[in-house]
Amino acid sequence: MENNSICRRRINVGDIAARIAIYLSTGISILVTVGIMAFIIYKGYKSLTWDFVFSSAFSYPYEHYGILSNIINSLYIIFGTLIIALPIGIISSIYLCEYARRGILTSAIEFAVEILTGIPSIIYGLFGYMYFYILFKHSFSILSGIFTLSVMILPTIIRMTGESIKATPKSYREGAIALGAGRLLIIRTIVLPCSLSGIAASITLSIGRIMGESAALIFTAGISSSMPTSLLSHFTQSGGTLSVALFQYMQRGGSEMKYAYAAAAILLIIVLLHNIITMFIRRKEY
Amino acid sequence: MNDLIPNAKTSGQILLDGEDIHHRRVNLSMLRKKVGMVFQSPNPFPMSIYDNVAYGPRIHGIKSRKMLSAIVQRCLDDVMLLDEVKDAMRKSALRLSGGQQQRLCIARALAISPDVLLMDEPTSALDPISTQAIEELLIKLSSDYTIVIVTHNIAQARGIADYTAFLHMGELVEMNITGEVLASTNPLTRRFLTGNSL
Repeated sequence: MENNSICRRRINVGDIAARIAIYLSTGISILVTVGIMAFIIYKGYKSLTWDFVFSSAFSYPYEHYGILSNIINSLYIIFGTLIIALPIGIISSIYLCEYARRGILTSAIEFAVEILTGIPSIIYGLFGYMYFYILFKHSFSILSGIFTLSVMILPTIIRMTGESIKATPKSYREGAIALGAGRLLIIRTIVLPCSLSGIAASITLSIGRIMGESAALIFTAGISSSMPTSLLSHFTQSGGTLSVALFQYMQRGGSEMKYAYAAAAILLIIVLLHNIITMFIRRKEY
Repeated sequence: MNDLIPNAKTSGQILLDGEDIHHRRVNLSMLRKKVGMVFQSPNPFPMSIYDNVAYGPRIHGIKSRKMLSAIVQRCLDDVMLLDEVKDAMRKSALRLSGGQQQRLCIARALAISPDVLLMDEPTSALDPISTQAIEELLIKLSSDYTIVIVTHNIAQARGIADYTAFLHMGELVEMNITGEVLASTNPLTRRFLTGNSL
């Protein structure tokens, strides 16, 4: 009887090993993430002055360092890219999931989208350099950066939106069809509201990728750090984003290295803030 | 809605007010407005209770808030749900219990003022108490609507149906006053009623 008691404790070596592996792996992941953040902020905080963040660098060789113009350029590129890529991505995703007849063509498109999400960004940079740089009369411009990144994030948006459209429960559609709703109406009233979280996730991911992008931008949007002179004409001017500025500081190294850390710290803080904001927005879901 | 199922095939005629519903010139939206449908498992939309009931009238062009409110009130009252939810009209319909959700779905179907109410085993996913509530509701609604209900439950057919049709493997075997069908001498019907394997 003793041996059959449900209170008997048994020591299982495999169980303990699994437990250790789980805690260890989690610990390493957390440590690395927190470690990097702590390192960057530790290295960067000395140069992270009010003046550095809220003023702009003068032309090279810099007498004065500031990244305000780079932050502004980042915002230009984020908004510009989302404005172009989001509607195109969502609409093509709706077409692929709701209208297109399943066949070789749709499978081919989905396969291509799948592959395009995994392509290194420098290839998009090369493409953008070949086409948009030349299209805009051989000058770097924020607009050609926006076009390049739009092409880059389009597959991500199409895929993530598509996944959430497909995840819309069939019973909701059936309910709407039974009430006499047409296809477009079902998309507007049922499918899109149900897909909002997927679309929001794709926006979050896109912003993250745009913030972190440098390879695809250096040869399209360029590296200029001048402040915009007017709201709209800035689109046609060259402008380096925060990541591009960070890349340049690193490349020059030496005494400028400390500005690389400061720029990295700002980048981290912005991305962190962005994620926290998204978290709060997503919490308000139905 | 059979056309949504791949490879589904139908033959024969279903006449609604003398018109064949399978005719290719049928406006499906109009047909579906005339025939309300309630599904096997409750499928309220992920919206508020109010918006669920107002969905149908809205898509068929009713915009006035006054009219929509009146319809929502009437339909929820018809399915005896109004008292339970009248203070929570803006709450998500997904928070209701299964039985309440199914009654909400019936209210949603009633909101487009159909002539016929089609129900596919509406109580098979519900507990006995909710089932009884729905059965009583159907008897009450049958004075205003033609109700076609699919059931595997012979007691349910006996309890609420005036007429019963027996279908076997997609073929209509017989249709008559419920009492007649339940006393049928047709061997297929007998075997189904007595539960002997077919």
